[in-house]
Amino acid sequence: MKNLLTPKNIKTVVGIVAIYGIIQLLISTNILSDYYQVTLAMICINIILAVGLNLITGFTGQFSLGHAGFMSIGAYTSALITINMTGEYSFYVGILGGAGLAAVVGFIIGMPTLRLKGDYLAIATLGMAEIIRIMMLNLDFTGGAAGLSGIPQYTNWLWLFVFSAGTVLVTRNFINSSHGRACISIREDEIASEAMGVNTTKYKVLAFVIGAFFAGIAGALYSSYFYFIKPDLFGFLKSIDILVIVVLGGMGSLTGSILAAILLAIISTYLQSFPELRMVIYSLLLVIIMIFRPKGLMGSKEFSLGGFPGNLSLPWKKSAKVKDEG
Amino acid sequence: MEQFLQQIINGLSLGSIYALIALGYTMVYGIIKLINFAHGDIYMIGAYVGFVCITYLSLGFVPALIIAMAVCALLGFIIEKIAYKPLRNATRIAALITAIGVSLFLEYSTMFVAKPDVRTYPAVLPDKSYTLFGGVRLSFKQICLFAVTIVLMILLQYIVRRTKMGKAMRAVSMDQDAAQLMGINVNSVISFTFAIGSALAGAAGILVGIYYNTINPLMGIIPGLKAFVAAVFGGIGIIPGALIGGFSIGIIETLVSGYGSSLYKDAVAFAILILILIVKPSGLLGKNTREKV
Repeated sequence: MKNLLTPKNIKTVVGIVAIYGIIQLLISTNILSDYYQVTLAMICINIILAVGLNLITGFTGQFSLGHAGFMSIGAYTSALITINMTGEYSFYVGILGGAGLAAVVGFIIGMPTLRLKGDYLAIATLGMAEIIRIMMLNLDFTGGAAGLSGIPQYTNWLWLFVFSAGTVLVTRNFINSSHGRACISIREDEIASEAMGVNTTKYKVLAFVIGAFFAGIAGALYSSYFYFIKPDLFGFLKSIDILVIVVLGGMGSLTGSILAAILLAIISTYLQSFPELRMVIYSLLLVIIMIFRPKGLMGSKEFSLGGFPGNLSLPWKKSAKVKDEG
Repeated sequence: MEQFLQQIINGLSLGSIYALIALGYTMVYGIIKLINFAHGDIYMIGAYVGFVCITYLSLGFVPALIIAMAVCALLGFIIEKIAYKPLRNATRIAALITAIGVSLFLEYSTMFVAKPDVRTYPAVLPDKSYTLFGGVRLSFKQICLFAVTIVLMILLQYIVRRTKMGKAMRAVSMDQDAAQLMGINVNSVISFTFAIGSALAGAAGILVGIYYNTINPLMGIIPGLKAFVAAVFGGIGIIPGALIGGFSIGIIETLVSGYGSSLYKDAVAFAILILILIVKPSGLLGKNTREKV
């Protein structure tokens, strides 16, 4: 067995615990008011969503526009479980159930659609998310357009942090494993990686299912934090929101996704004071960033806690880019 | 049978709107391989321009239609120059995100200027209807809708097939580099394509305002997506395909809401899309292209 107590790993663990401790301290001393705690929760949920989507879009190169659909499956499943069961353990069942069901749906949808390439896959996933939304609107146990309310609130800072840090760590380890390298090879050149013996369908579906699983967790946390969900929350716009985080942070950069999630949450908190202009400014920012920095803030670079301080590691020398099918 | 024919006529009216929007999608996709998400919003802008022309300038239907088309053509031209041209050599996803950004910008700046309320379209066409054979009713609005669609289609076919610019458009969509080497100004061809596609969307916007009587700043999202479904259905990049796709989606949607549940009509359009993509991704009229290594 490999020695897990390398200086790098120890530093990573210390760093994670330190981040948790500092923010917990800020919450306990009420420096972070309730208003900012909501922003904090949105940051954590967005990190989970963005990291999952980054695995699909940034690392495996499969362009998905329907991530909010998986989130809504997780949110509704866990909401229905926690409403109908009592006790705190219903929250664990809810999260597991939501994430599990999202992963199953991801598998069912991923199997046929992942044969498609580029824009076609994007449109198919978009259609899939719309179908999920319309089903949530019309099924009788989901509360229709009014949604579900009175969901017990179990999500707190501890759970938010545990799940977002867990998601990032699991994804990082996945990417650095041989499975992850297979996924990256699909992004770089699908035909070449198939010729090298990589089972491309298997890895594409695997990345898709993992991404859907994380989105399910994020949805479950969301429903339990805000104790109210409705189908419109998980529409096309939400999928775009997640994609924007991934692209802004840099496709193929996990730390980029984290940075972008924090940055966008801060921007949108400050723009809250101008509600009419908020989306106008947001959309303009989006266009400007894409024109002047189309690779995102981090490109494919990573910033690792383990190599701290001051180490911008370059895991792959070649700059990452999504294959352009002309 | 009578009800069925009536549904078909309603479906064709809806379908002609989808077809007009789908044409813009398909032309732009054919030429620069970009899903122009802002296209549905240009259609919304067309509806608003028509609204302003009719309500505040008290113009008739035809001048309002022409002004709406001209404004939308100009808008499409400007959007291409500002937002898409700098990204022509960037990754596909960067261009797509920009398109989404432009789409959000159009929606929310319209919401900022014109307020988010639903507005009632002024009655510019007489509310008459004619009874055809077997009790099928055809309203004057529907006749206008068909007439405008058919005239615009013929015009488009003429431009694409018979003019020098149309020839250049076809050349650029086949092979951009080769077209450039033959002395075609690719930039102006792309601008022209955007202008034409946007003009058609603008026409669809004003027609839908007159046909359904209400408009709002977010009205472009769902028809935009469905028109894209229509374009994919017929084979994206192929102009007759967009027509067939638009009419088919319109008819299927009306039949589903007429005989099944209107709640699921949007879901059906997307289910068809997924089915088509899985069975024949190149669309009804598309040719299979083999990927070369």
